[in-house]
Amino acid sequence: MNMEPRTLETKAEAALAEAYETMRDALPGGAGVARLRTEAFDAFRATGLPHRRVEEWKYSDLRARLKDVPAFAARRSEADAKAVLASAGEAYASVDRFRLVIVDGHFYPELSDVAGLAGEGVTVRPFAEALAADGEALLDLPVVALADAAVGLNAIFCADGLDLAIADNTKLTKPVEIVHVSGAEAASTAERVLIRAGAKSEAVILQTFVGGVEGTFSNTLTDIRAGKGAGLTVARLQAEAAGTTHIATATLTLAEEAQAKLICAGIGSGFARHQSFVAFDGENARADLLGITMVRDRQHVDQTLVVDHAVPHCESREIFKTVVDDGAKGVFQGKIIVRPHAQKTDGQMMTQSLLLSENADMSLKPELEIFADDVQCAHGATSGQIDEDLLFYLRARGIPEKEARTLLVLAFLSEAVEEINDEIVIEAFEGRIKDWLSTEE
Amino acid sequence: MPAVQETIDRVRSIDVDQYKYGFSTDIESDKAPKGLNEDIIRFISAKKNEPEWMLEWRLDAYKRWLTMTEPTWARVEYPKIDFNDIYYYSAPKSTPGPKSLDEVDPELLATYAKLGIPLQEQEILAGVEPKNRVAVDAVFDSVSVVTTFKEELKKAGVIFCSISEALQEHPELVKKYIGSVVPVTDNYYATLNSAVFTDGSFVYIPEGVRCPMELSTYFRINEQNTGQFERTLIIAEKGAYVSYLEGCTAPQRDENQLHAAVVELIALDDAEIKYSTVQNWYPGDSEGKGGIYNFVTKRGDCRGKNSKISWTQVETGSAITWKYPSCILRGDNSRGEFYSIAVSNGRQQIDSGTKMMHLGKNTSSRIISKGISAGKSQNTYRGLVSAHRKASNARNFTQCDSLLIGQDCGAHTVPYIDSKNATAVFEHEATTSKISDDQMFYCQQRGLSDEEAVALIVNGFVKDVIQQLPMEFAVEAQKLISISLEGSVG
Repeated sequence: MNMEPRTLETKAEAALAEAYETMRDALPGGAGVARLRTEAFDAFRATGLPHRRVEEWKYSDLRARLKDVPAFAARRSEADAKAVLASAGEAYASVDRFRLVIVDGHFYPELSDVAGLAGEGVTVRPFAEALAADGEALLDLPVVALADAAVGLNAIFCADGLDLAIADNTKLTKPVEIVHVSGAEAASTAERVLIRAGAKSEAVILQTFVGGVEGTFSNTLTDIRAGKGAGLTVARLQAEAAGTTHIATATLTLAEEAQAKLICAGIGSGFARHQSFVAFDGENARADLLGITMVRDRQHVDQTLVVDHAVPHCESREIFKTVVDDGAKGVFQGKIIVRPHAQKTDGQMMTQSLLLSENADMSLKPELEIFADDVQCAHGATSGQIDEDLLFYLRARGIPEKEARTLLVLAFLSEAVEEINDEIVIEAFEGRIKDWLSTEE
Repeated sequence: MPAVQETIDRVRSIDVDQYKYGFSTDIESDKAPKGLNEDIIRFISAKKNEPEWMLEWRLDAYKRWLTMTEPTWARVEYPKIDFNDIYYYSAPKSTPGPKSLDEVDPELLATYAKLGIPLQEQEILAGVEPKNRVAVDAVFDSVSVVTTFKEELKKAGVIFCSISEALQEHPELVKKYIGSVVPVTDNYYATLNSAVFTDGSFVYIPEGVRCPMELSTYFRINEQNTGQFERTLIIAEKGAYVSYLEGCTAPQRDENQLHAAVVELIALDDAEIKYSTVQNWYPGDSEGKGGIYNFVTKRGDCRGKNSKISWTQVETGSAITWKYPSCILRGDNSRGEFYSIAVSNGRQQIDSGTKMMHLGKNTSSRIISKGISAGKSQNTYRGLVSAHRKASNARNFTQCDSLLIGQDCGAHTVPYIDSKNATAVFEHEATTSKISDDQMFYCQQRGLSDEEAVALIVNGFVKDVIQQLPMEFAVEAQKLISISLEGSVG
């Protein structure tokens, strides 16, 4: 309840500070970028890693989680990166797609379909190169994301990643997959992916986060800017190895009449935080946010989102489903902000959680912050276990208990899954969900 | 926005009195000097002839308070409070211990008459037995002056007196229960209250007794610059029942007045406590100047099994409201309820809600919160529903609806839901909307004016909560809401 003075610097904080001192001169970008990094670093020095007394991070104490921070990963040789990629396994192996590969935070054009995308009207550059060429404008983010500690850390350390620009009126014939792989040695990464969808362009982008080991600390940021009238689906699947610490931020800015769907499935990692910041920049835009989280075995997965209705006549829909099993902790925090004058806003947020065992733990915080009167905003939140009546109904019809439970969990998640509205993504996600359920003890 | 100013002016011109209860009574007060230190606490304690342990308790709280800082997490803004610029003790001088109303300062009685407090003394003197009897423990500034119906309550074994009286006559009960629900170190304002509380009500309902009447306290803040630090303690023994009403008005003042009360409720096995509040303190002028700061800690402990605590509140006043009546559902099968209407207009800021902490098995709770913001006010619902690992089959249903009137106000919802037990089922829903044009059109078409239409629609919006209020309050509350929203449309 009371503000505490800044506590002693932790080992992880000291390691991060030291890492910046050694890396700063080698980090890409001109003077403007360097100034932004210094500002972000000063803010980090003042506040440290986010902890439970920071309201936005109260359920996910990153300071307590990070005992130490491994060194930031260096760029691998092409062959080495290829081996890491091969060992990680593919979520969309059977899908005809353009693939872009990021290993340990570094983009590998030689392993990616850059040429194929160029043929479709998509320009792809390594983020380091883009940053050196275009400067700090590339680091612009929605105002609601700026104060976040993880966003700040990414700004300090982002050394590479992707800059993907879809030309106006371009409709991609195949989905684009961006694979983020972490290697088998514990390392820190802080890549940034910038996706700029031109006016009236249409694309499906699949992001997968895989690999890593105990101790891996990845802090990625994906900045999505949907141009006027663009139609964009970004499906993020996080299936990292059990012991990693994974912070993934997605920011989404929508221009006039843009329609974007941001889907986030969190299944892997030991301690994961998926945070989405959505900003409406033009009228008559619509954003759909869908979340599917499945946790067990002392996992901690946090889905946090902030939707900022800064202009009138926009619509947002959020459906987040969480399944929590033995000893795991699920977190959902969702905030809808309606600024003054953002009249005729329509914002609906639903979050539901299913607790499968006695010692599961779920925290929900759905928030509304409304400064305009002619709006329709609502949120709903529920938490509970599998309905015994439904289970009985299925068992009475001869379905074994285990199978009946699986069916009911699938049914629980289906509300969010169906909203995805893209066969490829639905198939991949359903596969993951069924795998998860079948490995249940 | 010019329309708002216009309506404010209009209301001002209609309502000559402006704030109906905005007057002050000139009675000499017995005051301690301004400021807070150990000597003041010793002074308060000595004035009230308290036992030694009570003084120690206060001093201990004061020491803890010095190490604490003001909480900043609520969505309220106000200039920093100078805690050394407040009188911590003031007692009406001319009333050392009245035995009957005749001994009471006539000006005081006139104040109550203006307030319309139904002391019902005349009826008793005339031998009239009213049907719905209400016992009033009237608090004028900080010392209880008149306590009525005492004899009749005594017959039932109910103790209803000021807390200073209880400290003289039933110290063992006070010692046993005070601070057991809201610990001394609970929060900044509660700790301050523990150190300097001057008076308040004490209610003890013995085992198996259904309190024969509704108990009521009218708070009245009077002396300029006087912080009110009330302490209320209600204990319902096994199988007991009590309904307690609290209502407030305050005179118009320029300086901000601080109010930091603590209310503790304890319900043992099968007991039920119903606590209703109508709060109509001075909200400040159209610029928000001069209103009451209301930082209250209210908490009920369902300590026994099958116990029940129900909070009902109608909040229309105060410049700042910081208030979270909560229930600790400790006993198995216990139940907590929270019904709230929070109306804000002008520059009022309300940050209110509840906490339902499910600790026992099969506990249930229900939260219905209706927030109405108008003018340039900010209205926040902040709530917590939590289930402990052992709280099997806990149930909660929460509904928070907000209604916005005008484009310069804000309505916010900040619920926290923590479930550590899979069998706990929590449901929460919140909506925000404005009065629809269709509803307004429908009413206007039938000849209602804008303001009448708004009052009608708003009263429909808050109906669920009004129904929970005792009869005496329900009528008053409906009127109060209409008055509070005057000038918000047009």
